[in-house]
Amino acid sequence: MEYFLELLFGGLTRGSIYALIALGYTMVYGIIELINFAHGEIYMIGAFTGLIVAGLLTMLGFPGYSILAIALICAVIWAAAYGYTIEKVAYKPLRGAPRLSPLISAIGMSIFLQNYVMLAQTSDFLPFPELVPEFEFMKGMGSMLSSSELVIVLATVSVCLGLTLFIKYTKLGKAMRATAQNRKMAMLVGINVDMVISATFIIGSSLAAVGGVLIASHIGQINYFIGFIAGIKAFTAAVLGGIGSIPGAMLGALVLGLTEAFATGYVSSDYEDVFAFALLVLILIFRPSGIMGKEKIQKV
Amino acid sequence: MRKLHLIALCIAMVAMLAACGGEAEKKDQEADVKTGEVAAQPLILGVAGAHSGDLASYGLPSVNAAKLVAKKINAAGGVNGAMVEVVAQDDQCKPELATNAATKMVSEEIKIVLGHICSGATKAALPIYNESGIVVMSPSATNPPLTQSGDYPNFFRTIAPDDAQASLEVNFAKKLGLKKIAIIHDKGDYGKGFASFCKTFIEQEDGIESVLFEGVTPGAVDYSAVVQKIKSSGADAVIFGGYHPEASKIVTGMRKKGLELPFLSDDGVKDDTFIKVAGKYAEGVYATGPMDFSANPLYAEAVAAHKAEYNSDPGPFFTEAYAAALALLKAVEHAGSTDYAKVTEALRTQYVDTSVGKIKFDAKGDAEGVGFSVYQVRDGKYVEVK
Repeated sequence: MEYFLELLFGGLTRGSIYALIALGYTMVYGIIELINFAHGEIYMIGAFTGLIVAGLLTMLGFPGYSILAIALICAVIWAAAYGYTIEKVAYKPLRGAPRLSPLISAIGMSIFLQNYVMLAQTSDFLPFPELVPEFEFMKGMGSMLSSSELVIVLATVSVCLGLTLFIKYTKLGKAMRATAQNRKMAMLVGINVDMVISATFIIGSSLAAVGGVLIASHIGQINYFIGFIAGIKAFTAAVLGGIGSIPGAMLGALVLGLTEAFATGYVSSDYEDVFAFALLVLILIFRPSGIMGKEKIQKV
Repeated sequence: MRKLHLIALCIAMVAMLAACGGEAEKKDQEADVKTGEVAAQPLILGVAGAHSGDLASYGLPSVNAAKLVAKKINAAGGVNGAMVEVVAQDDQCKPELATNAATKMVSEEIKIVLGHICSGATKAALPIYNESGIVVMSPSATNPPLTQSGDYPNFFRTIAPDDAQASLEVNFAKKLGLKKIAIIHDKGDYGKGFASFCKTFIEQEDGIESVLFEGVTPGAVDYSAVVQKIKSSGADAVIFGGYHPEASKIVTGMRKKGLELPFLSDDGVKDDTFIKVAGKYAEGVYATGPMDFSANPLYAEAVAAHKAEYNSDPGPFFTEAYAAALALLKAVEHAGSTDYAKVTEALRTQYVDTSVGKIKFDAKGDAEGVGFSVYQVRDGKYVEVK
């Protein structure tokens, strides 16, 4: 039973990590039907910003909690700026183009950002400081759930809740939903569609940056390539849950994280990815648009 | 008709190439015979390996090493009065050419051979040498069965076999008193190969067992599930085959979950980046790595001699080849002749100072005291464990 709980919490943490990244994929897809392959790199850039800021603050002698808070805020702002700029540079000029063109542009952006960080920073692995302090009340629980894992899970839950409320009740949220449903109609009723799309990229990138900093601090190392695998897995989670759907991305990420944890725990970690992708195939056979995706009639 | 022309042309080309090859080889042979006739009763050291072709850069340093050793020994009066002469045979690391080279060595009645370079070529040539009682010593053929199969009692090597690291690791784990080992690898050629060797050795030993054998996906966001699995397997140590990024993630994860098991790993982890990234969690981690023989005076002497003679830095396997040439010639000196039984006996019993340290050979032909050492992270540095 204890083993089961340990795996469960491990899976939850992993799922939360995927969810933070998957939300960005799914939001962008929901609005402009583009798979933003550069999203994993935004996550990586967020982590690098966090590392640089945290290093600077530690040198200046700031106390523990404030380092985490300031590093998170800086990473969010910086990553949001990147997300905004990428959209303006790489996707907006291609808005009227066939769907494949922005997709290729996204792949190019991803490769560009990876290499940019490799050249500007380093190709080596770098240590990442533990920004989340050990909580007193978590002392006895360490083997099951560590403080940083708890913070990751809580952060994901609150981000998801906040995002759901935001989409549902704010004006911008409504504009987003309207744009997602029908961009032309939204324009006709006076929604500034460009602004909405920019806002989507900014929100998605911010979430990825939060994920980047928390995860890097949890596993203690980063390099320029971490965005790739995390991005692929998060994308899988988004497809699993139904790409374009926000609750779907969260659910998909959790299912994927738990599947991987239990596959490792009860079968073998050699087959971790096999189980994850077999599940994806199975779900897509029975629900082609994902667990919570809406069936759309495509006009050919 | 056109097709027929083409075929005829192809045949003509092939035939021409074959003819050319034959002639070149004939000339080689003549040249070798001539050099053999120069001095009266010299001791000939055959050097076989890739001296041309793609892999020549691996083979040529051994020729240089043999010549330098011969020069050094001749300057000191030779081996029991006989001058040493080096005769090279090219095999291009190709098994079919290696058998040719071996046959030539046999027909020229050479009794000691330094070579071959590649494991495949060595394996092809060894039966021929074995039948004729020729002692062979390779500076670079690391394939484990060459010595371990016991098929070639005439074969020795001055480099550690591929599985030496794993065998050292398992012996070391036993010495630490560890009983249940969890083996983790990164699914790569190097990591999984190492892990599989460890598993085989652990299964052969009594009093030690492997309780887990698993591969992890490099680059995965975290390894907490694997860490939990290690914990629930009841292992009292972890052996990891792979490189440092995964190793530091696993060690960090283990320590954070309060799992203070000894962590043993390989050459891929014996890297200062590992200590930098894993930080305080790296403390106490064991890793095997190549022995450091830069402090050896003979090593320094060999490199200096190479620079003086060829005006360049020695290439790969030069040190091992230098040691092999020394070991072979010293064994002949101890034996008093090139008699097969006496020479192999001397190699197995007499210690000899070489550029890779003071060595002798075990019953199977691997050099004792060559290869890997165990290092441990202490105060942020890898320190050799004695």
